[in-house]
Amino acid sequence: MSELEEFQQHTRAWLQENCPESMRTAMVPEEIVWGGRNATFKNPDSQLWLQRMAEKGWTCPTWPTEYGGGGLNKEQAIILSRELSRINARPALTSFGISMLGPVLLEYGTQQQIMEHMPKIVRGEIRWCQGYSEPGSGSDLASLATKAELHGDVYTINGCKVWTSYADLADWIFCLVRTDSDVPKHVGISFILFDMASEGISTKPIQLISGSSPFCETFFDDVKVPAKNLVGRLNEGWTIAKRLLQHERTMISSFGLVSGQTDRGGTTSIVSTVEGAAMHYRGDTGKLSDAVLRDQIAQFKIDSAAFAYTSERSVEESEQGQGPNATSSMLKNYGCELNKRRYELLMQALGSQGLGWAGDGFEDAELQVTREWLRSKANSIEGGTSEVQLNVIAKRVLGLPDMLSMNKK
Amino acid sequence: MTLVLSEEQQLLKDSAKNFCQQVSPIGNLRKLRDTKDADGFDRKIWAQMIELGWAGMAVPEAYGGFDFGYAGLGVVLEETGRTLVNSPLISTVLLAATAITELGSEEQKQALLPKIVSGELLVALALDEHTTHSPSHIATTAEAADAGYVLNGVKTFVLDGHVAEKLIVVARTSGDTDSEDGISLFLVDADSEGVKVTRTWMVDSRNAAKLELTKVRVAADALLGQIDCGFNGLDRVLDIARIGLAAEMLGSIQEVFDRILLYLKQREQFGVLIGSFQGLQHRAATMYSEIELCKSVVRAALSALDDPKKSRADIAELASIAKSKLSEVFFLVSNEGIQMHGGIGMTDEFDIGFFIKRARVAQQFLGDASFHRDRYATLNSF
Repeated sequence: MSELEEFQQHTRAWLQENCPESMRTAMVPEEIVWGGRNATFKNPDSQLWLQRMAEKGWTCPTWPTEYGGGGLNKEQAIILSRELSRINARPALTSFGISMLGPVLLEYGTQQQIMEHMPKIVRGEIRWCQGYSEPGSGSDLASLATKAELHGDVYTINGCKVWTSYADLADWIFCLVRTDSDVPKHVGISFILFDMASEGISTKPIQLISGSSPFCETFFDDVKVPAKNLVGRLNEGWTIAKRLLQHERTMISSFGLVSGQTDRGGTTSIVSTVEGAAMHYRGDTGKLSDAVLRDQIAQFKIDSAAFAYTSERSVEESEQGQGPNATSSMLKNYGCELNKRRYELLMQALGSQGLGWAGDGFEDAELQVTREWLRSKANSIEGGTSEVQLNVIAKRVLGLPDMLSMNKK
Repeated sequence: MTLVLSEEQQLLKDSAKNFCQQVSPIGNLRKLRDTKDADGFDRKIWAQMIELGWAGMAVPEAYGGFDFGYAGLGVVLEETGRTLVNSPLISTVLLAATAITELGSEEQKQALLPKIVSGELLVALALDEHTTHSPSHIATTAEAADAGYVLNGVKTFVLDGHVAEKLIVVARTSGDTDSEDGISLFLVDADSEGVKVTRTWMVDSRNAAKLELTKVRVAADALLGQIDCGFNGLDRVLDIARIGLAAEMLGSIQEVFDRILLYLKQREQFGVLIGSFQGLQHRAATMYSEIELCKSVVRAALSALDDPKKSRADIAELASIAKSKLSEVFFLVSNEGIQMHGGIGMTDEFDIGFFIKRARVAQQFLGDASFHRDRYATLNSF
């Protein structure tokens, strides 16, 4: 038996033994485990599952064992992920620490920073949030104005961030700050980490059109941060910021689309597939009676399948190389546009049952579709708008000339 | 299943690319068109393609082939798509050799496949009878008579029908005109009495023919596959061909896109390169994304053809995904090919026009995007 086969058998047996039954069911949003100092576990099995997975380092399978990770190579990580999906296991831990901060800390962090933060990310002890956008800096992120001034070995931070996901629940923030205002915007930015419990930080949730408030405005008023918390070199934070964005895009593009099994990742109700819902609400059997909708759904599903193959191919290709690259923009853009199409089709499928807001007359699953449809509109804005992704593809992948730099000539 | 090429496949692809660029560039198609070539393809180039083993790529070794799989044939087709090589590769190899491999008796395979591989025999599939692809809609009849069959009917869009020495005719032996039951396939010599072949001049400068069968007599051993239940086998053959055609389309699409990119980086207007305009950049980036999806789909479908674990249903679904996706994207990219080149794109002197002409034919052949979306929905029970 090859080593990989042995690993697979061991993994399968371990999961059989250690994954609680209730963790092998479709995830429900209120049971997602984000970890953190004030973590709550609505389902006690979630806590057990997290502990067991973190113990093996399998919340971050490919991170080195000395930082608490699983130390798996790529082949082993693929096997683990296949074995997890084979039993329909829920993610033990969902966190921006895992998907965004960790990979760039590995690349740019000091040994001390890595040792301080990564094991806590693996165990879900610290919940991270992302301090990127500002009220005046959306797509033009590099124009950010939140200032960090060095006095002795302490930075004083003043300014305001917006669209900080779950800032009100997070323990630490990775934050872009301006450390030099007298140079071109890209070369005066630094990447810094600090505790959200620090004096001078306040957060205010933002209510979205979907009615939920996953995002905050975050205010910094003379927040003191030790200079050693700066990641990478002073004024070179933009490089780290862009690298992190690639990881973020890869994460966003994978939402609910990779499995390809059910159209809305995880759910198993009548609205779990667009075609199933469309036929259910029309009382159709065998064939969907609305020919136009049927054609649009077929086109959507074909594009989804093609996209899933493309994600798979991108994984295969990056195994031979270098992790996320400019194609992450393509995947992010296409994945998000697909997700928006899915929800528009679901709205058509549900008819007036998709138009409820609250109360009687609607199933929970139906109300959820309506809210998710509204939420999906942000997919092509967050993590870089679709237009910005197209710019990135044009410049970095296709090598097309930059209009702005041509005008400056 | 793997979605990246093996080293072997990559080598084959490189050598095919080299051959097509050097020996059969687009200028060759232009010459065939302008000289109204009687064959419509270059027999000398075809002989070289035979020499390279392209006709036996997916044919089993037992019948003189090289057993290199459909993935091998696929990368060759992709490269022929780049320079719009006009050859019997689709009619004789992708369609006919596949039909004989899939459906033929041991004797038929022994008799015909080695001849195809060695370039001695050209074969065409006579299927369509309508303006739109509808493989179970067969009105051509074959009636049993004198220990054989008599065929009557009319076929259209018979690819390479005017040069084929043998025809595979899809005919009805029982059932209603639209029924999948009662369909049988027959091998008919093109010079049989009652066979009338009329060459049609197509917009893509490739060859197709109209075929009229009037009381054509064939022997009992002309039957290819089972009597009355030829449809399932035929459908599998068509799926393989649809995937192969998608590979050829992928090559053409990439070539058009490369030409667009080159032009965007060369052409100046308003004192700047037109490739700096966001209105064009976003369209280019959109095409790039769609083409990436096309590559993945074609790779997935080709490697599924060589994977014995894949079921008939898996292949059918992948064929419809590939053919519909590639048809849509070829439509998009060939249109942008003209528009983004502006006025020069409209001139016959410039090669881009050959691609939009090929696009429309390839889109329709073996089922257009709408045919395959409908089929995909049916396969998925909605």
